[in-house]
Amino acid sequence: MIALLCRHFGLQHIEIAEDIIGETFLKASENWAINGVSENPAAWLYSVAKNRAKDHLKRVTLFETKIAGNIKPDVTETEPDFEFGSEHIEDSQLAMIFAVCDPVNSTESQVCLALQILCGFTVEEIANAFLSRIETIKKRLHRARTHLRNSHFQIRGLSEANIKLRLDSVLKTLYLLFNEGYFSKTNDQLIRNELCAEAIRLTLMLTENPLTDTPQTKALLALMCYQASRLEARTNDSGEIVLFDEQDHSLWNKALIEKGNYYLVNACQGNQASKYHLEAGIAYWHTNPAAPDKWQHILQLYNQLIIIEYSPVTALNRAFAIARVYGHEKAILEAEKLQLNDNDHYHKLLGYLYETINTGKAIDHYSLAAQLTKAKAARRVLEKKIKQLQA
Amino acid sequence: MKEFMLIFRLKDIEDFKPTPEQVQERLNWLAGIAAQNKLADQGNSLLPFPGSAKTVRPDSVVTDGPYTEIKEFIVGYIVVRTDTIDEAVAMAKENPIFKLGGNIEIREVLKHKGS
Repeated sequence: MIALLCRHFGLQHIEIAEDIIGETFLKASENWAINGVSENPAAWLYSVAKNRAKDHLKRVTLFETKIAGNIKPDVTETEPDFEFGSEHIEDSQLAMIFAVCDPVNSTESQVCLALQILCGFTVEEIANAFLSRIETIKKRLHRARTHLRNSHFQIRGLSEANIKLRLDSVLKTLYLLFNEGYFSKTNDQLIRNELCAEAIRLTLMLTENPLTDTPQTKALLALMCYQASRLEARTNDSGEIVLFDEQDHSLWNKALIEKGNYYLVNACQGNQASKYHLEAGIAYWHTNPAAPDKWQHILQLYNQLIIIEYSPVTALNRAFAIARVYGHEKAILEAEKLQLNDNDHYHKLLGYLYETINTGKAIDHYSLAAQLTKAKAARRVLEKKIKQLQA
Repeated sequence: MKEFMLIFRLKDIEDFKPTPEQVQERLNWLAGIAAQNKLADQGNSLLPFPGSAKTVRPDSVVTDGPYTEIKEFIVGYIVVRTDTIDEAVAMAKENPIFKLGGNIEIREVLKHKGS
């Protein structure tokens, strides 16, 4: 909703847009408490927000013409043109992501801000995406807004050089947007698929513009295509996640896999292997479950990925790949070095690796994982495992 | 956390060209350090071949390679981030270079301020 209002207001007024949203929800809760929730709450909220925005604009215009005009008669700020950067970036959502990815802020802050303002992420979702604490993200967002406001940023007419400079952050934003859709904890399949679809749509647009159609962009799109090809297969009729090994391969979307292959082949120009190349490579091997040396390749890709960029998730996935290639004993040695003692997935992996080697330790790790996990469904699965092992 | 440079040495120039299996072993080892978030710099290889290696000595004497007078030569380095030198030593012990008769020197990095 904030993104929508920003489109009308211009990004300079993000805070006003947010205030209006805040007021709108306040008004909604008052109104709905008295009259009951309206039949179409979303439409109701939008129309209230729109009216508030109009009121605000009226006041501003009044102020500018009647008051500000008298103070500074010769500076007449032209009303911002809402065709954001039409010369270069056609899509307004995309243009705004580029605008927010302003190098006055650090890359991480840029991405946080874009996710919050334009992709509608909550602070908690951003914290999850960055594996950071909520407080850290709040501070980061606050600083980023201040910087952005002070830098008098504008949306229109980003130069070619600026677009290229900002592309990395934009790609990262789209990558996280897709991941939130793909791995999100919410059970609303519709919302999740929409996030994935929006990320794909925006990335596809980047490949259609020569300025932004880099090997990285293609690799990211390939990755999204491969992952999205399994969207259907990874939930069952009651909306529960189906593990990779148990998925019905006939539900995999062959057309999307083909598209992924197409973009990955085209992404392999030049000698740059970005993180997106490596992840797309891993996702490619997962579309070939029967390939005999599949896990060898996947392990090598995870090796390269972890060297480029550390992340606990990559470290754990790599340990799993080691188990597939070299067996559980070797994988336990590697996994125990990671010392991710507060991470439920770490204990879940160790529980799995110990299952056939040391039942006691397997139970200990599964129990720790069950204590640490926030997801109820995951806890039930773990408790079932523990019972099976105790029997 | 301190930083330690691991300096790799070999004795036979033929060993510098690894087999695919050796490449994989090395990469597994390096990625294992990265997976603990303890790889400060993935470093580089240093080519020991004629044309890629020279040594300058006093009086502008230039010789090919580092290996005219010493029996072993440096082939590369990485930098790890650990609490103690013992931890860096433990990491080094798992490197496959010893199968080739190579060795690893471990040196604490003293960072120059302002750089």
